[in-house]
Amino acid sequence: MSFLKLEGLSAQVGALPILRDVSLQVEVGEVRALVGESGAGKSMIGKAILGTLPEAIRITGGSIHLDGENLLAMAARERRHLIGAKAALIPQDPLTALNPARRVGPQITNRLVDILGWRRKQAQARVIELLDEVHIPAPERVMRAYPHELSGGMRQRILIASAFAAQPRLIVADEPTTALDVTVQKQILRLIRDMQQRHGTALLFVTHDLGVVSKLCQSMTVLYGGKVLEDTTVDEFFQSPAHVYSAALLAATPKYTDPDGSLMSVPEAVTRSVEAEIAAHDHRRPG
Amino acid sequence: MSQPLFEIRDLRLSFADHAHKPLFGASPRIEVLKGVSFDIQRGDVIGIVGGSGSGKSTLGRAMVRLLEVASGEIRFDGQDITHLGETDMRPLRKRIQMIFQDPMSSLNPRHTVAAIIAGPLRLHGFDQIRERVDLALSQVGLPLAFRSRYPHELSGGQRQRVGIARAIATEPDFILADEVVSGLDVSSQAQVLNLLERLVSDMGLTLGFISHDLSVIRRLCQTTLVLHHGEIVELATTEALFDAPQAQYTRDLLDAIPLPEVSPGWLD
Repeated sequence: MSFLKLEGLSAQVGALPILRDVSLQVEVGEVRALVGESGAGKSMIGKAILGTLPEAIRITGGSIHLDGENLLAMAARERRHLIGAKAALIPQDPLTALNPARRVGPQITNRLVDILGWRRKQAQARVIELLDEVHIPAPERVMRAYPHELSGGMRQRILIASAFAAQPRLIVADEPTTALDVTVQKQILRLIRDMQQRHGTALLFVTHDLGVVSKLCQSMTVLYGGKVLEDTTVDEFFQSPAHVYSAALLAATPKYTDPDGSLMSVPEAVTRSVEAEIAAHDHRRPG
Repeated sequence: MSQPLFEIRDLRLSFADHAHKPLFGASPRIEVLKGVSFDIQRGDVIGIVGGSGSGKSTLGRAMVRLLEVASGEIRFDGQDITHLGETDMRPLRKRIQMIFQDPMSSLNPRHTVAAIIAGPLRLHGFDQIRERVDLALSQVGLPLAFRSRYPHELSGGQRQRVGIARAIATEPDFILADEVVSGLDVSSQAQVLNLLERLVSDMGLTLGFISHDLSVIRRLCQTTLVLHHGEIVELATTEALFDAPQAQYTRDLLDAIPLPEVSPGWLD
């Protein structure tokens, strides 16, 4: 059974559709990529799952089942508790995710104390254990550091530890390596993969980077304009992308091994045809 | 070979490290550039690549005299500009332009696109400003209707085009582009790179292209300089550098790039 199941999820800002009838599933222990360019709605899906959508965005239809329970049919308090216990986020930019004026230790332990009702001592011991697991030397000292005293890679390791601390069954990672150097990115990707495998966590990896998808994920969902264009395995996608937009996106991704490839961008004819597809979809389902 | 456009000799630069200031006395210095020397030939597109903290942006800013160097020499078109005062720099500024990473923070949000592009033209006393603004807009492929738009009304790719239009309006000899495509989607990224490539050949520009992305550099640049901890670890034609990287750091960088193709075991 799928651990996470979205069915026909639609959302809008005012009258503007942000998500259009999105369905996707993540199985227990699966690593699925959620791929798209900016404005595709990929981060919004992550936020909808974690219950952190901006107030202006209204869910207009569909369901989100997490471990068999429909989040959209629950009371807010109950929902927060369920999400806190079963899911966690690895954010894009560790510097904005951490409060610069506070030491990192309490920022991580607070989540365990506030949402899961752990005792502070217990939470602290758990976080130190996790910092050790993500290869942070001298974890006790790092817990007393302020975010700016740590490198970008170190901050991201801390947030990975924090995400895994409560033993969630699903982690949503929202572009977690975009702000990092390639050499650090590779270490962080390896760490996420190792942690995910060791803990058997399902991972929904939100990204625009097809290179990262090909190295980390098993399955993928391609989005454009808040609509799912393709739902496939990573092997199939990189062998023969089914949707014309997917193929164009893959061709537009620069590869240093292919110097003769001209600088392609997604052709306008392709985006026009995708937009026509979306308009036809909106027309069929008014509102 | 004709005289290089830029001749950089033994550039050194350090910043005070206030985070480690002792209770008494001066803060220790962090050396950001540790003796950097290279030439940029006219018409070349040179990629300056390195990780964060490598000193690549500092090097770029020092070259175009936005930062004062501690020692070394910068010659532009044969002239020593290392310690030129702002008045003497003024006539050179229109020949040396910059495009920045984040167009939203480098474009004045209260100015229309036309006013933004006209800025450097007015500063350098150009005439026929309206015509020059229109020319710059058409050179970057933006419709003239964009004259009256504001930055927040534009997409990331369009804003970056405005940044490029502002830089080319004074018909410079050299443009320094600092991470100009790193915030963009692949499709706008490709469009901006295509545009830069076309402008270089149409206008006879020399381009310094700072980036952390080797795949982008491979597509655009003829020469590549790899910077690591404030030192040049490799400088070669792009083809040679990618085909047979000499420095270990260059090889590490190449190995860490996730190419968009399935390769089991890559993460191990």
